[in-house]
Amino acid sequence: MRYLPLTDTDRAEMLAAIGAGDIKELYKDVPADVLLDQPVDLPFHAGELEVERQMAALAAENVSAGSVPFFLGAGAYRHHTPATVDHLIQRSEFLTSYTPYQPEISQGTLQALFEFQTQVALLTGMDVANASMYDGATACAEAAMMACRVTRRNRVVLSGGLHPHYREVTQTNARFMGLTIDALPANAEGGENLSEHLDDETACVVVQNPDFFGQVEELSVLADACHAAGALLVVVVTEIVSLGAVEAPGNMGADIVAAEGQSLGNPMGFGGPHVGLFAVRERFLRQMPGRLAGETVDVDGRRGWVLTLSTREQHIRREKATSNICTNSGLCALAFTIHLSLLGEAGFTKLAALNHAAAVTLAGKLAAVPDVEIVNDAYFNEFTVRLPKSAAQVVDALADRHILAGVPVSRLIPDDPAVDQLLLVAATETARPSDMDAFVSALAGVL
Amino acid sequence: MANSIPDTITGHRGLQLEEPLIFEQDAPGRTAVDLPEVPEIESRLGNAARKGEIGLPGLAEPQVVRHYLRISQKNYAIDAGMYPLGSCTMKHNPRLNEKMARLPGFADIHPLQPEKTVQGALAMIDLCAEWLKVLTGMPAVAMSPAAGAHGELTGLMTIRAALEDRGDARKRVLVPESAHGTNPASAHMCGYKVEAVPANEAGRVDLAVLKERLGDDVAAIMITNPNTCGLFEDEIVEISAAVHAVGGFVYCDGANFNAIVGRVRPGDLGIDSMHLNLHKTFSTPHGGGGPGAGPVVLSEALAPFMPLPYVMHGPDGFQLAEHAGQTDAKPYGRMKGFHGQAGVFVRALSYMLSMGADGLRQASADAVLSANYLAARLNDLLTQSYPGPCMHEVLFDDHFLRNTDVTTLDFAKAMIDEGVHPMTMYFPLVVHGALLMEPTETESRESLEQYIALVRGLTERAKAGEAASFHDAPKYAPRRRLDETKAARNPVLRWQPPIDQAAE
Amino acid sequence: MSDMKFTKDHEWIAVDGDVGTVGISEYAQEQLGDVVFVELPETGKAFSKGEEAAVVESVKAASEVFAPVDGEIVETNGSLEDEPGAVNSDAFGNGWFFKIKIADASQLDGLMDKAAYDAYTAELD
Repeated sequence: MRYLPLTDTDRAEMLAAIGAGDIKELYKDVPADVLLDQPVDLPFHAGELEVERQMAALAAENVSAGSVPFFLGAGAYRHHTPATVDHLIQRSEFLTSYTPYQPEISQGTLQALFEFQTQVALLTGMDVANASMYDGATACAEAAMMACRVTRRNRVVLSGGLHPHYREVTQTNARFMGLTIDALPANAEGGENLSEHLDDETACVVVQNPDFFGQVEELSVLADACHAAGALLVVVVTEIVSLGAVEAPGNMGADIVAAEGQSLGNPMGFGGPHVGLFAVRERFLRQMPGRLAGETVDVDGRRGWVLTLSTREQHIRREKATSNICTNSGLCALAFTIHLSLLGEAGFTKLAALNHAAAVTLAGKLAAVPDVEIVNDAYFNEFTVRLPKSAAQVVDALADRHILAGVPVSRLIPDDPAVDQLLLVAATETARPSDMDAFVSALAGVL
Repeated sequence: MANSIPDTITGHRGLQLEEPLIFEQDAPGRTAVDLPEVPEIESRLGNAARKGEIGLPGLAEPQVVRHYLRISQKNYAIDAGMYPLGSCTMKHNPRLNEKMARLPGFADIHPLQPEKTVQGALAMIDLCAEWLKVLTGMPAVAMSPAAGAHGELTGLMTIRAALEDRGDARKRVLVPESAHGTNPASAHMCGYKVEAVPANEAGRVDLAVLKERLGDDVAAIMITNPNTCGLFEDEIVEISAAVHAVGGFVYCDGANFNAIVGRVRPGDLGIDSMHLNLHKTFSTPHGGGGPGAGPVVLSEALAPFMPLPYVMHGPDGFQLAEHAGQTDAKPYGRMKGFHGQAGVFVRALSYMLSMGADGLRQASADAVLSANYLAARLNDLLTQSYPGPCMHEVLFDDHFLRNTDVTTLDFAKAMIDEGVHPMTMYFPLVVHGALLMEPTETESRESLEQYIALVRGLTERAKAGEAASFHDAPKYAPRRRLDETKAARNPVLRWQPPIDQAAE
Repeated sequence: MSDMKFTKDHEWIAVDGDVGTVGISEYAQEQLGDVVFVELPETGKAFSKGEEAAVVESVKAASEVFAPVDGEIVETNGSLEDEPGAVNSDAFGNGWFFKIKIADASQLDGLMDKAAYDAYTAELD
């Protein structure tokens, strides 16, 4: 078996050195009646070629985004990733190393995390960022729980424009933590007045920008209202590329930013692994969950990095820790960092401009289709379309015509007649004019 | 400088290339991507358009490649050598797994595509789930948790949901002293009071004390088996029975499943819920700290409360249950965006198909054999904390270093100079100055022999009074010991432009 | 230092009238290692004996500082926020944590004097 270097001779000699007659003697603490003496009922080992065939057959049953006109978003976005990213993250030293517990031989990971933290702080306009979370949804839940610790209050207000998965993950965590969640109803038309929901028990308001329906807002007034009520403003960003064109949450008064970083460096990958971004004001640093890389010097005075402020964490604080998080999304964070380093200021802002232009172009084409209405007035690379019939049925019919048209809102918000005809459509730099035209003409054909 | 090697003009030392931060290599306007011109459009950003610069550095592609290549060379890796971190299972990460995860049919699909366009992805998750269920002897598995700690939380929430369903949420969760820190943290996040259970002299849960602590307000015990001392909990069946007798559940931390895959099914031990670290037992890469995946297997009693989403077998193929209304069960909620770490499932499944039922069984035996071999070859010099065969990791304490002026930390740093990654140190907390070694099945006989020789050699040096050389270690790593006090007292957590540049 | 009293959790309290100054012992700071952060209570807050009043953190450990007696916090040592190292360099002096207005002086009788505490720590090693 190709992954196992020990030979039968090695095994026999090692058993002899141990003084055991056979391997079963090493399992003597296992109750005899539960120790299996046969392999379990699964196929036996297979060579690379056989495994590759079996896996490729499964992959071939999926319609990959690159093979058709593709317009899905809703928290996962298709962007082009430079070849350099995947090459570099597959370097063994990055791919096959553990969490950097021994800093002397982990400076590569630590320096990359320090660069990641800096990039996330810059993009979000915040003071400090951690070394990543599992994904945007879990980062959102952690942000809400952190706001409760900081303010010593227990009520969390969730905007109706928050991604339903983020809402559900936050609600699930809050329920077990004994926090009160006030989740406002989803409303694609906007007009939500979050300030009205603030009271002196409110720990934070969680708002997404661009929101789940694609709408972009200026949040300074809301931030002021939160602060006047002694609450924090948590801003969620599910499309990080938007921050190349949209004002940074930190510049609009956010106290905590919880975001999804998949768009940079990471494939959609059927929903994971992705990378959660988490950034805060410096004064809340000690209440922040997750790992942190910090700068220091070695005994020779040379600059280096270590994991720091770990007394916040579970391996020291146990049940008093800020979170139970241990592993983060290190390699996804690295992909994010390399992609953003390749882009630079000029590339990143241009990428954002291209995305916005693609969405504006597509919205114009869709608006020309009879009975199709664009719901949003301000958006980045994703917007909501009102169709004259069920969006789920339209998406299904278009899939049969080899077009992946978008996400029907009912997929995420079921049993709500008000959203039945709403379709979320995203257009990134990967959408060609010919893809848009194919979509528009096919749409006209199925309506 | 303490180092006797003369300084070079560049600061580089041969293949050890010094590398500044990416932010220190900026030339405004430079980029490593060529993007097309932006079409003329009317902006729809409203009043939310970004006003200022972000401050990202501009570099060309060759510079970015060199930058990340150079810093990568400052990392140790399992591909480079032995990484015997106890409790972490640093085994070989097959590249076939990576290749499969990058097939466009897995990597380039959106989680919310119509189900009929992702039947292969749903089949992949289902097949991965099937292997995990058979290997653990459990009827159900929640695939969505993102990592081990996240799986623990999922398991505990499932337990709480089941208890609430019978109108009896209960108050306490019992956690052995030797448990991973994530265990009490997870129990706390689930609203439970954590109560420690001491170990007996044999390094196992003290069954008599456990029985005293049990009561009808105990929701669960969180047990690690094999435990963090590298020992199989020989009274696990009795422990499970005692917890069940008071109406509680048994949660098992599956971090150490690598010792027993294909040989012991947790379902046969009375366990109700256990997470599986796919990034440990099932060979997916640790990536310098994630991403992992932590599916949680569940007993019949807990299965109905499994969180959303999950894959179901429908009349026309595979279906996803994404909302409570799509299932007859009682899902307690959702743990994560989308459907879990699908890309990690691809890798774990590739590994399982490669190893097969026979290979997985051989791998756990080799892992246990290798750990016991280390024990046999080292325990005349080092002090093994508990007698008898260990599982896949062997625990020593620092008694053998007594009066040498060498600490466990010093010993670890000297190992770095010898070209191996140190073992886990100071964990578990139940022994003094712990050294927890987990060779895994990946190491060849030659590699094990070299490791034994270096640990023996260092021990002899320590006992011979050569403490000073330990205090100086590491000498040959890209950095020598770093000042963690300075880092924590005055945290610098991001790069800031130099003052003169910032003033412009 | 002769009127200093000690708890089993390694806090010391030096009494002046009805106010006690509280810190952690030399033994405790040695066990912790370099102190990097101290979280102090709010002035005016009341604690019962044995309740967690402050937190002291080193690089690798965090430890609670318990109120040695019932009482109300009247002053805290804000200089520790900038110079937590004072806990290491001067545990019985500049490294003090807070002053507490003692509600029940009889509780002091249950604490150890210096000699008893030294004997207690000698046994722990």
